[in-house]
Order: sequence, then C-alpha cells, then structure tokens
Amino acid sequence: MADKAILYDATKCTACRGCQVACKQWNDLPAVETTNRGTYENPPDLSADTWLKMKFTEVGSPPDLRWVFTRRACMHCTDAGCVEVCPTGALYHNDLGFVGYDRSKCSGCGYCVEACPFDVPRYSGNVITGVREANKCTLCQDRITSGYEPACVKTCPPGALKYGDRSTLLAEAKQRVADLGGKATLYGEKEVGGTHVLYVLDDEPSVYGLPKDPKVSGAVTAWQDILQPVGWGIAAVTVLGLGLNYVIAKRKIKVESEGK
Amino acid sequence: MTNHWIDIRNSDCIMIIGSNAAENHPVSFKWVTVAKERGAKLISVDPRFTRTSSKADIYAPMRSGCDITFIGGMIRYILNDMQTLSPTERAEKYNMDYVANYTNAALVINSSFEGAFDASHPGRFVGYTENPADAPSKVGGYDKSSWGYADTATPASDSAVVNNSWTSWSDLNPKCVLRLLWENYQAYTPEKVSEVTGCPVDTFNKVCETYAKTGAPGKAGTIMYAMGTTQHTYGTQNIRGYAILQLLLGNIGVAGGGINALRGTSNVQGSTDMCLLSHILPGYLAVPKHTHQSLEDYKNMAAGAKGIVTPQGLAGDKSASWWWYNNDDPNYMKYIVSLLKAWWGDNATADNGFCFNYLPKVTSGHDYTHIGTFEAVANGTVKGMMVWGQNPAVGGPDSEGERKALEKLDWLMVSDLFETETAAFWKRPGANSSSISTEVFLLPAACSYEKQGSISNSGRWAQWRYKAVAPIGEAKPDLAIIDELVLKLKEKYAGESGPTADPINKLFWNYRSSESPDEADANVAAKEYNGYDWATGTALTSFGKLKSDGSTCSGNWLYCGMYDADGNNKAKARDPEDASLNQIGLYSGWAWCWPINRRIIYNRASVDFDGQPWDSAHPVIKREDGAWKGDVPDGGWPAINEAAPGEKFLPFIMHREGVGKIWGPGRAEGPLPVAYEPWESPIEENLVTGVAKGTEAKATPGFHNPCCYVGELGGMNQRGTSSEYPCVGMTYRVSEMWQAGQMTRNHPWLIELQPEVFAEMGEELASDKGIKNGDKVRVSTARGYVDAVAIVTKRFQRLTIGGKKVDQVGVPWHYGYIGMANAPHSSGNILTPHVGDANTTIPEYKTFLCKVQKI
Repeated sequence: MADKAILYDATKCTACRGCQVACKQWNDLPAVETTNRGTYENPPDLSADTWLKMKFTEVGSPPDLRWVFTRRACMHCTDAGCVEVCPTGALYHNDLGFVGYDRSKCSGCGYCVEACPFDVPRYSGNVITGVREANKCTLCQDRITSGYEPACVKTCPPGALKYGDRSTLLAEAKQRVADLGGKATLYGEKEVGGTHVLYVLDDEPSVYGLPKDPKVSGAVTAWQDILQPVGWGIAAVTVLGLGLNYVIAKRKIKVESEGK
Repeated sequence: MTNHWIDIRNSDCIMIIGSNAAENHPVSFKWVTVAKERGAKLISVDPRFTRTSSKADIYAPMRSGCDITFIGGMIRYILNDMQTLSPTERAEKYNMDYVANYTNAALVINSSFEGAFDASHPGRFVGYTENPADAPSKVGGYDKSSWGYADTATPASDSAVVNNSWTSWSDLNPKCVLRLLWENYQAYTPEKVSEVTGCPVDTFNKVCETYAKTGAPGKAGTIMYAMGTTQHTYGTQNIRGYAILQLLLGNIGVAGGGINALRGTSNVQGSTDMCLLSHILPGYLAVPKHTHQSLEDYKNMAAGAKGIVTPQGLAGDKSASWWWYNNDDPNYMKYIVSLLKAWWGDNATADNGFCFNYLPKVTSGHDYTHIGTFEAVANGTVKGMMVWGQNPAVGGPDSEGERKALEKLDWLMVSDLFETETAAFWKRPGANSSSISTEVFLLPAACSYEKQGSISNSGRWAQWRYKAVAPIGEAKPDLAIIDELVLKLKEKYAGESGPTADPINKLFWNYRSSESPDEADANVAAKEYNGYDWATGTALTSFGKLKSDGSTCSGNWLYCGMYDADGNNKAKARDPEDASLNQIGLYSGWAWCWPINRRIIYNRASVDFDGQPWDSAHPVIKREDGAWKGDVPDGGWPAINEAAPGEKFLPFIMHREGVGKIWGPGRAEGPLPVAYEPWESPIEENLVTGVAKGTEAKATPGFHNPCCYVGELGGMNQRGTSSEYPCVGMTYRVSEMWQAGQMTRNHPWLIELQPEVFAEMGEELASDKGIKNGDKVRVSTARGYVDAVAIVTKRFQRLTIGGKKVDQVGVPWHYGYIGMANAPHSSGNILTPHVGDANTTIPEYKTFLCKVQKI
C-alpha cells in the first residue's frame, strides 16, 4: 500500500488553530487548564492530552517583522526512534507508513519520549492506578484506515494541511517550494528516512524551530536491533536498559524549547 | 458583500483594511490563499500586525481611526496619476470608460456647493448647524440643499471627462465631481498621510502603486473590511472612501472586485435583511416616521428619495432606479403593500391603507439604535427590555455604564444558550443586588444545531440548515419562543380594541404546520417572506410579480424568488456544479442568494458598452446573440450599444441616477469623506483640516465628525484627555473566541487556547512602564479599567503622529464575569465610549484614549 502523508504548508497557515481543537475533539482529549503567559500560544507544551499544538514565533523587527507559525506534532518518521525503542510494540509502523500507537500494549516506560528527535511523545500517569501510558498523534489512524483524512486536515480553513499519497504530496511540495523561490525549503523528504508529515517553509527550518539534521541516536538503534532480541527475561537487560536510558537522557538534541 | 466568499479567489489584489480576516473570518482565507497562489497581492492595513498581516505581501501600519486619511491619500495618488498621464496612457492604466459612464464622476454639482477645504468653514461642508434642536444627541447637522446635482432631474456631465480629453484639472468644470474629488483630497499627500497615520511614506506609496494597478481594464482589486472600519464615529464615511476608491478603479461589479463587508457573525447579513435595525423594515424599506400619517404620505416620502434621475451625455441614457422604475405603479409600493399584507393578512385592505397605520412610527431626532436605546434605559424612558442573541453587558460600549443602566429597568428578558453577563447584571462585581429591583427572565434558547431555518451569509446566500439534535431541556428555537409570546399577547388583548390592541389582534399569525402542529415551523415563515399569491397560496418566483393591490404578500421582497414555482425552497438547493462562465465560482445552484440569485451585484458594470466583459478571463456576464450569459444580469435590458436611444440603461439600477456614487450626498456629514479625529484623539490639531481640538462639551466640529452622536448614559460616558490617557486603545476579537463569549467562554477546548483577557502593547511602551511580557497590567480609560495579562510584542509599533510619539494598546472584548472562563474587570468594552457614527450610531469601539500600568 502506498505511504500516506500530511503536507503542512506553513506559508498558507494562519494559525487559527482549528486543527488543535479538531484534534482534541476527534481524539476525545480533555482541555488543559491554561493561563495566558504573554503569548497567543497555548497550551504551553505538548502533553498526553495535547497531541498537536501550533507554535507562534516573531522573527525580525519592523518593518521586516514576520510572525511565523508551525505545527508541533508527531512527524511519523520512517526511521522512527520511538518505534525502535518501544519494548512492547505499542508504537509501530502502519501499512500506510505512519507511526501507529496501540494503547493496550503500552507499558508506560517512556523510552519513546527520550528517543524522539522532535521531542513529541508525552506520557501521563494515573495517580490512583499508577499506570503510565504514552500519547501522541496517530495521524487519526481510526479515520485514515476508514478512508477519511485526519481531523486536523479536515478542518483546516486555508488549506495549509493536505492529506494524500506521500509521493503525490512530495511532488506538490517540491513544486510549491520552486514557486515560492527564495529561501523556501521542503522539510521531511529525507530527514530521519523521510517523515510522513512534510513541511513547506519559506525559510530555514531553524526559523520554524525544526532541527536541521534530526538523528536517532545509535544507542536507540542498538537497543532495538541487538539487545532487545537477546531476551526479555534476562535481568541484565533491565540493568542495561537503565544504563541506556541514562545515555539517551543525556543526549543533546537541539529542539527549541516550547513556549515563547 | 457585493460579491461573495468564493469570488475572492478571482482577485488580482486583495486589500484587507479594518478587518483581521485570517483570525475572525478564517474560512475567507481559503479563497485569499487561492488568489495568492494565482499571483494576487495581499495588502494588510492595520494598527497592529495580525495573523492576517503575517500572510501579506505588504503590511501598512496605521494609527487606529485614520482610514479616511489613508484611503483619501490613495484616492489622491490615483487622481494625481490620472492627471499626469496623457489621455491615451490614462485609458490604458485606468478604465476611464467605466469611471466616466458608470459613476457620477462626470456629473456637475450645484454651483453654490462649498467643500470642507473652504477656508471659511474648515473641515465642514456648506450648510452646517451646530447643536440641531431636532437631534439633541448629535453634534451638528446639515442643510444639504446645495449638495445635489446642478440639474436635479437631468444632471449635466462634463464632456472632457466623458471623452477622456482632459489634460489638467482646469480643463474640467469646477463643479464636476471628478474635480471636486481632487480638490477634496489634494492635501492628502503621502507625507501628510504618514504624518497623520504613522505609516512610513515608502510603505504607503507601495500600497498605492500596488493597488492602483487594479484600475486597468480587466484587472480586479477587492477590499475586505469589517468592524475595524465601521466602528468609528465616521465609520460610514470610511466605507464611502472604499466605495470611491473602488469606483475610480472600476472594481465594482467585476469578478474579484467589490466592497466586501465580512459580517461579524454567520447571519448578520440575514438579520440586516430582515430588519433587525431600527431604521428599516424587511428588505431595506424605510421605517415610517411620525409625519407619515398615511400610506400616501409614505409614498410621497419614497417618491422624493427614490425617484428617477437621468444623467445627460453619458453612454447610457436611462436610469432604472429600480425602486421607482414604473412611475405609475412603483416597485417601492408593491413591496410595502406586500409586506403589510404578509403581516395583517385579510385585515389589510386598500380601504384601510393595508393597515399602514399599524406600523410603529419613529419620531424624527430620536435615536432607536443600540446606543440610543441604552440612553433611554439610563434615563428611565425604557422600562422593559428583551435581549435575544446578544450580550450588551459585555458587547455594549461603556459596558459598565450599560450594566448600570439595566438597573433602571422594571423587567428584563434574556434568551440565550447560557446565563450571560446581561442576565446576571445584578450580580456583577461591585453591584449591590439588594438595591436592584429589576425582574429578570432567562429563557433557554436552542443553538443553531438544534433547530432548522435559513441563515444569510456575507455573500447574501440564504442557506437552509437542518436540525441535527433536539434542544436540551426546556430550550426552544427563537422562532418558537416568539410564536408563543405573540399568541399569548393575542390572548391577553382579545376583546380589547384601540391603537395598542388592534395591531396585535389583527396580526395575521399562523406559523404552525401539519408537520409541526405544536411549534412554529421555519418553513412557514420562509414561504411568507418569499411571498405568495394571497388567494391561491402559490409561491411567487420573483419580486417582479409582487403587486400593490393587495393580491400578493411578501414578508421581504428581496427574498422573493427563493421559492420556485413548485414551492421548493432554493435555500435548500445543493448543486455542487459550477456552471458559471469560465467557472469563476458562482455556484448558482448551491443555496440561493438575493436578489433573484444574482451572485455578483452591479454586474452590468463588469461589461463594456457592447456587453463584453472587461476581463475576458473572469466573465461575470456576457452578451451573446442578443442574450445575456452567465450570472443573473443586474437588469436584463440589452447592452448599451444594442439599445435604442432613450432605452440605454445605466448599470447601477438601485441608484436614482443609474451610476455608482463617487459623490454621495445622502450621508449626514457630507458628500465626500473628510478625515476626522476619533472622539478621543491623542493629538491637539486635526492635521488634515487644520481645526484645533476645542473644549466643546460634546465634540469639536471639523476636528471631530461634525455630526457624530455623543451619549451621556446617565453621566457614565466620561471623556478622557490625552494628557491623562496618552495611548490609543482599541478592542478586537481573536480566532478562538466568539463575540461576547457566551458560547466560547463556556467551551473548555477554546478556553484552553485563549484563557483570559490580555492587553497587547509595543516594547517601547512596556519598557517605559516597567512592564514585562506576561505581567498583570491595568488598562484604564475615563470610563473604567480592565485587568489583563500583558503581551509585549514587536507587532505593536510606536508611531510618530505629527511629531508626537504615540503608543497603541489592544484588548480583546470577549471576556466577562459569568461562565467557565470568568474574571472581574475583564470586559474590553468597559473601556469604550458611548459615542456613535453620524449615520448609523454604531459605537466607536475601535479607537479611544487609555493608559496602562503594571499591577
């Protein structure tokens, strides 16, 4: 089956945030209690209850001031650190290419949170049951596997979001970048093996808070490819896992901090 | 909208001024984006850099309240350009056939007219009187007798304009409109515009140059505006400025052009059409005054205001003046009689003037608009009030004053989805509820998804909406509530007679149906406003079929034709095919729009004298083989060159003179817009008119709008000085909240996005006041204060106005003290003044003086 993708064209996005609300509505996510922190941007960060948020950044000064908006949500990478590191198979690559999530398998280990070069997954803990589980955008797997576009795409008024075959959207994005000219950039074609959320930007990715060269660390890959097959029952794995956790936590990935 | 939402995609240049479309009309950006992909330029003119500005090719900052100076400067740029070019070059760059023949640019005005630039009365036109006795709340009024055409019924034209043979202003008749226009605006140089508005000269020139390119034949520019334009003491003249600009550039009637009012809610167009305004009946028929004692008096009034005027020397030689097209049996009377018939049925007969006397009459000089009504509440004249779908305790100007005024009411009824600040005015922070004796009735209303009926969007499309779910609890649709209310009134008045009881007892009121025997049926109301043959009940298919003899009824002539001959309601039509010429996006089979499904009004101005479109790529209509193709033409008469002399119809059929009005003598404060300062202004002299800010109690004529409305609101409406309140304040909306907040402030997902009131300000002001981003601040005016979170941003710039540094502060007006997201002192309108536009009395929400401090 052909890989599917979302094309996000930041040059068309007006940051109305219909996508943020549509995401919460379709996925039954509760509102987060917020305050105004001197910005239009809210909630302050992604969370287990917020899988998509728009980021607002003022760039430059008048008369060349720009207000750029960007989408913060799962990029659905081909080389997905979260899938690599997930010990239970809760995170997996769907036939359509996106990174699906099976909540029933999630052990709440939180490795995915650390493995993501885009700082996307979040986990929540239930104080009564003590059960923790990770959460992130699933590309509305229930919608797209039924032939509908993701909720965020469905609601986008200016058409900044599109859903379709990745190859088609890639061609469209390249044409758009060529039409825009200047510093326009396509992001996601090759990064981490190619993402399933493609970005059309009118400037360097860093202006939009996107890492220039996102990488899944070797340690993460080692976990999935070498150590995990050795066997779950071995106590040493736990020890090594804890060690790896430490390594991953120390890893410096330049992802701009949330908020203004 | 003269055009419609989808049509924005056909534009070559979109100027968004007085609107923040990306935030407040997000769906409009679907079409703005398509236009931009086609290569259209987007200009954003706004006091603050908004989400709209972020998408613009040119962002022009402007001090709030300076639209007339800005647009006047653009008009000057175009006129100066026209005058500099040779006639041949001029006709290439501007559509001079359109300007001369489709507008009143060439017509000659009364010789005794004197402009507002006349040194003997600066800032005012001839005929001004201060403090008119018949309109006590107005600053002044005009005797307009010298503002008309020199020949009132058959105005002459200047042949040099018509033939495009002029090379300098002195070639033109000193009283021809085009020359008077130049004289009115010649002082609005780019330097003057910059001095008044704070917009840099080069940015302003770039706007002019870019937008003026839409003047070429075949090019189209559109203006998208909203409450940033209207909510000023000269809001109507702001729009007049846009109209003049668009007529000069030949942008009215064409695809991708027009003046497009982005209505504040989904059905504001519908509420206007259906007369939720105090000066009109449904279909824009005039509300009768106390002097209209009979239908004959009303007819004479309309004959004077709507009669036919025939301009001389233009390509066309006949004005349809649709209201009065057939002099013996004028359309105006067909519409009013059909309306009276719809309301009083069999009781309305020719003998009793079709019950004309049952219509309420207004008294000249009294103001029945929102502001005037609250003045009357404050002074105890109005004892009871019904509030439907509105929340004046948050949305009204000087809202703390309006809340206090509500205490004077004996009773108040509020119909809404939630308890609102208005319904709860008696428990607002600071109120002493034990001293308030107003009885409040709160009726639960159904929301739009819980009822069926039509809405009319900004593009005049009436679209039927169906009920998705049943209302919760005892909630009912507004129609059902008012139906029960009227039936109860009829029951109470039964057996009585006289001027109060008769209009109610004799009212034809029958909105139940076999499908809906227990509750009023919106379909019955819809068929009534469409109209039908009174005897047979057969729906009428066009307002051309309405009669003045009482044989037809129509609750709103503009909606006549919404039903087809088989009785189908076309507001329910859902044909997704675009059958328009070149698929310009009319989608005429989707819903229905007034008038008679014409998707772009004034569309006969989109073609040349042979009926061929100026823009062959985007033809709205086109004459072919002796017939019109495309949209429903604005009058089906042949093209001007095809018609016999004396039958060459001019394109603007709703105007008496048949042409677009660059010269508009009908407005209160003058035939051309003049740059006035807001009621609270940061400067001491009007830099355009030269009039100094005086000490007059209400306003200074010539510095301020000489005819604006200044309220008192029981002493609440205080006015601030620029020494105490040096900043220019403004209120606005954000994407995530809706109007006075009833619906959105009770919605957790939306509260999450915009949880509380904020105050936006520039870095220089914040630094001066020791305010950091995210600090709590107090924004104060002479009327009250709002406590908000500071957003310190580069998007607000310090402006230099007449050499003085001026800062602007912005506060959204959605918030209040009731509902899920609530806080005391959070309503932006606590700050705004109880003053209004000279023509409409719309409040000046958008500009006032304030100060800001850290708390």
